[in-house]
Amino acid sequence: MIPTPDLSHLKSEDYKHVYEPAEDTFILLDALEEDADELRRSKPLICLEIGSGSGCVSAFAGAILGPSAPLYLTTDINPYACRATRATGRQNRVPIEPILTSLTGPLRRRLRHAVDIMLFNPPYVPTDTDEADDAQQRANIAGAWAGGHDGMEVTNTLLDQVESLLSAKGRFYLVAVKQNDIHGICQRMLSQHGLKGETVLQRRAGREHLYVLKFTRQSSNP
Amino acid sequence: MVRLITHNILACHAKGCTTNNFPLQFQDVSIELREAEFNADFLRGFLPRLEWAALVSAARQLGDTSLPEQQPEMLDDEFLQKLHHVLLEIHVEEGAMVCPNCKHVYPISNGIPNMLLAEHEIG
Repeated sequence: MIPTPDLSHLKSEDYKHVYEPAEDTFILLDALEEDADELRRSKPLICLEIGSGSGCVSAFAGAILGPSAPLYLTTDINPYACRATRATGRQNRVPIEPILTSLTGPLRRRLRHAVDIMLFNPPYVPTDTDEADDAQQRANIAGAWAGGHDGMEVTNTLLDQVESLLSAKGRFYLVAVKQNDIHGICQRMLSQHGLKGETVLQRRAGREHLYVLKFTRQSSNP
Repeated sequence: MVRLITHNILACHAKGCTTNNFPLQFQDVSIELREAEFNADFLRGFLPRLEWAALVSAARQLGDTSLPEQQPEMLDDEFLQKLHHVLLEIHVEEGAMVCPNCKHVYPISNGIPNMLLAEHEIG
């Protein structure tokens, strides 16, 4: 049993600006814990989390893999989230490096086929397209959940970047809900990017049917 | 905490800026030194991912001249200790990084690099 990261330094004031870990966060933690031995054996060098919010997920990856390796990079478009991630790294003694940016922009040139673990709990809630666009523009807390059409507008952009970033042994973990069309996501990743998807965990939480999907290269030997 | 391992990974991503957009040049920086746990396997594994010349010049911009111009073939403990310090223990807390090509300025505040672009700058 790997303990949930200590988030006692984050207060209700912080959660006005930063998404507070909830069931969708915890299912991702549980999926990582289930894969803990496999992740340790793969000796990752780079762990990249997109949209890190509170930093809870990367801190948990740090609890599994240790502080000295891999390099923990995170991105978030919300400056409050980057500060929260940094603080959570310190609180849990994991040297997390938050980068204030949208998705993976400044990393794509240098991290081509170099990321061993990629994590994304996206804004997956179906909303109006305008609502999702506005939330990303304003980089506010609604950007943590407003997903636009099918809840897939932000995720779709990132999905097209995954293959170019993932290393030969890379693993990409994605949180999704049933309305996102799980089968469609997996089919598309396979046919367009040659990445094989599988469901690591699924469960109902209130009204949501949550999934954690894992994508790997077909040739890789997990 | 922009450490040099992270600096070695960040490139300018402004619209149309695709050549000579790495490494970013430090400007008006303040640094802090913090100890990190030494891991020789990690350093050996990460070495092929580094742009060596970029790392050496970045370290020199921050006043650290401990790394050789050429990446040594022998990875002895003395070298790995120096590499560990330069990559993982020097934290740029404030200042900026400037693109050598388009001169875009990316501020660093509280150790967090601001790599956001305005909408018209996004490629």
